[in-house]
Amino acid sequence: MFFLPSIRREPEFRQGVREMSSAALGIGAWGLMTGVAMLKSGMSVFESVAMTLLVYAGSSQLAAIPLLAAGAPLWVILATGFCVNLRFVVFSLHLRPYLMYMPRCRRLTHGYLTADMSYAYFTRRYPVPASTDADRRAQEAYLTGNYFVTWSAWMVMSLLGIALANMIPPGWGLGFAGVLSLVAVSCSMATTRLRILAGLIAGATAVAAFALPLKLNIVTGIGVAVLLCFWLEKQFGLDVDAEDDK
Amino acid sequence: MNLVHQAGSTDLWTVAAIIGLACVTVLARCFFFIFDRPWSLPEWAHRALHYAPIAALAAVIVPEIVMTQGHLISTLRDARLYGALAGAVWYFWRGGVLGTMLAGMAVYLPLHLLLGW
Repeated sequence: MFFLPSIRREPEFRQGVREMSSAALGIGAWGLMTGVAMLKSGMSVFESVAMTLLVYAGSSQLAAIPLLAAGAPLWVILATGFCVNLRFVVFSLHLRPYLMYMPRCRRLTHGYLTADMSYAYFTRRYPVPASTDADRRAQEAYLTGNYFVTWSAWMVMSLLGIALANMIPPGWGLGFAGVLSLVAVSCSMATTRLRILAGLIAGATAVAAFALPLKLNIVTGIGVAVLLCFWLEKQFGLDVDAEDDK
Repeated sequence: MNLVHQAGSTDLWTVAAIIGLACVTVLARCFFFIFDRPWSLPEWAHRALHYAPIAALAAVIVPEIVMTQGHLISTLRDARLYGALAGAVWYFWRGGVLGTMLAGMAVYLPLHLLLGW
């Protein structure tokens, strides 16, 4: 969408670019390590580049890489990728009123390109969807400027990671940097006690169930954590929406 | 039946998985505005969305931190534990993905490379 001059002309586009620039380094580092991880796991350069250009979802890519290397069935890979992307489903609910006036193609493009940081910056700047045409154009331009930075930083650094991967000795264990990026995203979601507990239960279950075939330990961990938290909600009579700062 | 991927070469099944994952990205990021008509999830699914996202990420990263060769680590002398802890502490103190990665690696690399943990 940032190729459209009509959007780039809006002053909000530059604003979006400016505000995201400081975070670009973090996204770039994440992209770099993801590029390295793809190649190191045995994926070919073509596959790594294709994954970078098409999937554009760091957490999903990092979760799928070991599954691909192990030859897990397609449905497990796609189900795991979807589960790991579930926070975006929540984001999309919030973004819906901002985008519904657009035709489907346009809003799907915006949605696809809006990752974690862009969503956070956008909703912080615009707590309420626009009601006038001028405001709508401004909001759309801000979002586009914002994700222009994240998309570019991610793509450039990921491709660089793919190019440089073979220069990094495997003994350095740099793949751990990819894990750290997911630690950061997880911490951003650990906002209530029950959520922290959900994370701990899922993690423990995924470890305990590691021997399950088809790498089903991940979706098993999710299922157990969700069911246990439902039960805990009932036991303690917790009102989830009151607990939740959203 | 899927054959284990041959390192460094391209195979069609992996490409199919990649295309599938790209569709998954679109589906997840556009979930509630794909259709023109407003729609909502059943109540239980809506409640599940409070926990499922963080559960999913935890299920992916915890085995990466506390397991080796398919087994739970039996010693506390593992650089990943302290690296992850350092990263999380940084996140709650200063925030940001970059800081988390740098803090975590600053603790992980010396322990891993120098002490062999």
